Amino acid sequence: MILVKNPVIALAGNPNTGKSTIFNALTGLKQHTGNWPGKTVLKAEGKFNYKGTTYTLIDLPGTYSLLANSLDEQIARDFICFESPDVTIIVADATCLERNLNLVLQVMEITSNAIVCLNLIDEAKRKRLEVNVEGLSQELGIPVIATSARNGEGIPELLEILHDVVNGKIVPQPRQVVYSKYIEDYISKLQPQLDKRLYGRLNSRWVALRIMEGNPKIIEAIQQYLGHSIQLPTLKEVII
Amino acid sequence: MSEVKIIPLAQLPIRSWGKVHSLLAKDDSRRRLMDLGLVPGTRVEAIRRSPLGDPTAYSIRGATIALRKEEAQKVLVIPTER
Ligand SMILES: Nc1nc2c(ncn2[C@@H]2O[C@H](COP(=O)(O)OP(=O)(O)OP(=O)(O)O)[C@@H](O)[C@H]2O)c(=O)[nH]1
Ligand SMILES: [Mg+2]
Repeated sequence: MILVKNPVIALAGNPNTGKSTIFNALTGLKQHTGNWPGKTVLKAEGKFNYKGTTYTLIDLPGTYSLLANSLDEQIARDFICFESPDVTIIVADATCLERNLNLVLQVMEITSNAIVCLNLIDEAKRKRLEVNVEGLSQELGIPVIATSARNGEGIPELLEILHDVVNGKIVPQPRQVVYSKYIEDYISKLQPQLDKRLYGRLNSRWVALRIMEGNPKIIEAIQQYLGHSIQLPTLKEVII
Repeated sequence: MSEVKIIPLAQLPIRSWGKVHSLLAKDDSRRRLMDLGLVPGTRVEAIRRSPLGDPTAYSIRGATIALRKEEAQKVLVIPTER
């Protein structure tokens, strides 16, 4: 990765996982936090300095997905896909990790610059849950940092990893979901068509999947971002 | 062969369990239900119903999620013991 001068970092994650608590811990601001989901409705922005670099941090609304169409999901998806943050931190709830992994995988399909912040680790301990952080990181191919944001635990480690990813000292290599042969065949037909038209502006594998999924609202959002001079290939074009 | 009983999640009695059999929902609402963790094989508990009878809170993969009746109608479950 090239050295980024003023890196932009996104905080994504399921509702109520502590994104705003982390945002506040890093920026010293006071975003709304509390014990009910859906507190952050629009994205908030703040800045902080670490080792001579000024970071811009974006607190996104909590979502279970980036592929459905509530306003929250649109905001989170549009930011991660189209504003291309330098790093996306996915804040996951350590007490119900499984359900958080859906979003982790979805983000990893869009960008390789991703870190998992495994928050609420104190709650997990209280529930006698132990997470193999190193193993999870190896399975996902991206850094995983355990935190307990409410009392600041793990925040220094999170900052250090963030710094290393931004400076290219750590290069996350997210494991990609491999779909059935039928779907992968379509991807490999669509992807070269897309590469010719996208000029690297979006991840062509991700766009290929969205074309196959055929959700008109997401395709429209992609089309709008690209501008109407770029025509997306249709599924029909690649059915031979 | 004994017949497997399949009912809409909306009809699962409070404090009882079911296993997701399939989804009737399509497009966006299907995506939403799957993103909430309701894929075939997932175990769900009906926790409580709001005083007005709708929505109902369900325990799905470690989180409590409220579903409106029309959403829960579109999830088919097999009632199970715990
Ligand atoms: N025990 C514990 N509680 C935490 C931790 N991090 C956050 N919390 C609490 O969890 C609740 C939710 O935190 P928020 O920061 O508002 O969560 P969020 O992800 O921004 O929520 P949405 O914006 O609604 O998606 C708050 O009551 C926090 O104080 C943690 O590490 N441990
Ligand atoms: Mg928040």
